[in-house]
Amino acid sequence: MFIRQETIEKNAVLMLVLTLITISIGGLVEIVPTFTIETTVEHVKGIRPYTPLELMGRNIYVREGCYLCHSQQIRALKDEVERYGHYSLAAESMYDHPFQWGSKRIGPDLARVGGKYSNDWHYAHLIHPQALVPESLMPSYSFLAENTLDTKNIEKHLRASRMVGVPYTDEQIANARKDLEAQASAAGDMDAMMKRYPKAVQASGKGEPTELDALVAYLQVLGTMVDFADTSTEKLQQ
Amino acid sequence: MSDVTMDTFAGAHAAPRAVVYNEKIVKKFIIAAMFWAIVAFLVGLVLALQLSWPAFNLGFSFTNFGRLRPVHTSGAIFAFGGSALFATSFHIVQRTCRARLFGGEALHNFIFWGYQFFIVMAALSYVMGYSQGQEYAEPEWHLDLFLTIVWVAYAIVFIGTVLMREEEHIYVANWFYMAFILTIAVLHLVNNAALPVSMYMAKSYSVYSGVQNALIQWWYGHNAVGFFLTAAFLGMMYYIIPKQAGRPIYSYRLSVVHFWSLVFMYIWAGPHHLHYTALPDWAQTLGMVFSVMLWMPSWGGMINGLMTLSGAWDKLRTDPALRFSVTAVGFYGMSTFEGPVMSIRSVNALAHYTDWVVGHVHSGALGWVAFISFGAIYYLVPVLWKRSGLYSTRLVAWHYWVATLGIVLYITALWVAGIMQGLMWRAYDQFGFLQYSFSESVNAVHPYYVIRALGGVFFLIGGLIMVYNLIMTVRSSTTEMRSSAAGA
Repeated sequence: MFIRQETIEKNAVLMLVLTLITISIGGLVEIVPTFTIETTVEHVKGIRPYTPLELMGRNIYVREGCYLCHSQQIRALKDEVERYGHYSLAAESMYDHPFQWGSKRIGPDLARVGGKYSNDWHYAHLIHPQALVPESLMPSYSFLAENTLDTKNIEKHLRASRMVGVPYTDEQIANARKDLEAQASAAGDMDAMMKRYPKAVQASGKGEPTELDALVAYLQVLGTMVDFADTSTEKLQQ
Repeated sequence: MSDVTMDTFAGAHAAPRAVVYNEKIVKKFIIAAMFWAIVAFLVGLVLALQLSWPAFNLGFSFTNFGRLRPVHTSGAIFAFGGSALFATSFHIVQRTCRARLFGGEALHNFIFWGYQFFIVMAALSYVMGYSQGQEYAEPEWHLDLFLTIVWVAYAIVFIGTVLMREEEHIYVANWFYMAFILTIAVLHLVNNAALPVSMYMAKSYSVYSGVQNALIQWWYGHNAVGFFLTAAFLGMMYYIIPKQAGRPIYSYRLSVVHFWSLVFMYIWAGPHHLHYTALPDWAQTLGMVFSVMLWMPSWGGMINGLMTLSGAWDKLRTDPALRFSVTAVGFYGMSTFEGPVMSIRSVNALAHYTDWVVGHVHSGALGWVAFISFGAIYYLVPVLWKRSGLYSTRLVAWHYWVATLGIVLYITALWVAGIMQGLMWRAYDQFGFLQYSFSESVNAVHPYYVIRALGGVFFLIGGLIMVYNLIMTVRSSTTEMRSSAAGA
């Protein structure tokens, strides 16, 4: 089985094939089991697909590169759990395409920011962060309040998400636009929408939904879905 | 054992040459590398200023930190680093194979303009608000597809040249370049798998989600470091340092052992970016163990590079361009020691999410990647433009010291800032409560962010000195044209 280096370095094709085998082993051993081992993602109650408005807000979060300064992954360390809340579960990002765990905390972790502050706080903070947190390094996102949310293709967004594995129902896709408008401002049928998406938070939009409304709706659901009363340490073991 | 390497090496030097190399494509990529270097350093400085004083965000959507940061990272890694790799790989593969670049000039020019087009479109798309939201893989699906075509063309040209070689053995630099081309293709295709919302929209959804997405992203991300920023630049080192020092590679056996162990081990290291997260523990442990083992093949490369100077150390006094290359290998050794340390779970508990990581990356990116590229470009410009030497060695020395000072300011400031952040976040007071709010840690690092920006200013000034020196080398009459194309 041992091939001499002298042979390899005289044969480019052989060298490429052996290099490919060499680099494949580690990736296969590490990545494949996370798809096949059933306990990789914990079985917990409460995780649901994002509402249409939350999904659009999440897309803005991705677009603006929020993940470059904010993590969404509370590590299983004492101080992190005390500062931010229960450590993050794999299940909590199972419908996140792409994941937004982040790698740097220029600002604080946002994995459980949902419900921590009021809608009004978020609107004011995103428009002028230093007005509420003087030390903040965050840029102003006031332009999001001026941009009308592009909802033209909302059904397509849900459908594409379903194709990559998010279990949106036909009913949810059919009502996507209605649900989006209901959540964005108090005018629509929020009750019907809440049946499809429990724990969704009404945004404080006025008139046509803006990008800011969507982003706030997304921030307000972060980390709030899991029903922790129903979990136990054994259930969370991977 | 080192005779094989020496043969190959001397062969490329002494053989009567009938082949006419395509040097035009190498020149183009060198000019592009210098242009993108300045752009990447400048945007990096703007970001450092934004983190020091948020007013530098200017209030526009397209000048915000979140949109500019990928411009800086893509600019430094793919535009500057990538162009430097294209230039050196095309130069080295022709010389060490004694063969003209495979494929016609049209194909070479497609690679050049295709790659530059990709960079410009990627940068524009970030500032306009298109991003896949995965670090170092931000371009959306249509740009990913286009880059795939350019990359396949690159692979055809490079591997084609190796196949057409006149030399019996493939020179060690080309092992590294081939591993780089192959692995980057695999990483790019797997990590960027995404479903567009519609064929007419730039927006797409990754086919992976959550924990699997995280693992694949850091398998990609860490091996972008491993194969783009390490293996490929080691290829550069294996040609440039022997050329500058006028000595053969120290040990052929060491280069064989460290090549195969490096490419085998690097691919496992990704999970060290995900310690204590929702990634299963077994995967974290594998990532940590291989990251620590990786220290050995990394230092194998460092030792091989440094020991090549045996008997030629005096050249450091007279050749400041060689000083760049050798210091680069020193920084390579330092960051490949720091990396394994930071990958240990308990160290990572402190370091992760802090500026220590940013400092570590820059000791590699500025100290290793940029310095080895500077050394290579200082060596190549007189060779390619057929000049007797550089316009000014004094200016090279100035560049060297200004840039080195910049790096030292940068990494020491972020060591202090990062470790301070980590300690403040986990500090408890005497009553058992968390001692500091998050915003107190933001306040505390402000002075170090200013020092970091100052380090960036120095590094940028060094880059501008280099551009001036190179332009004068090509333009000035003091570096007279050589009578024959003697430089190999």
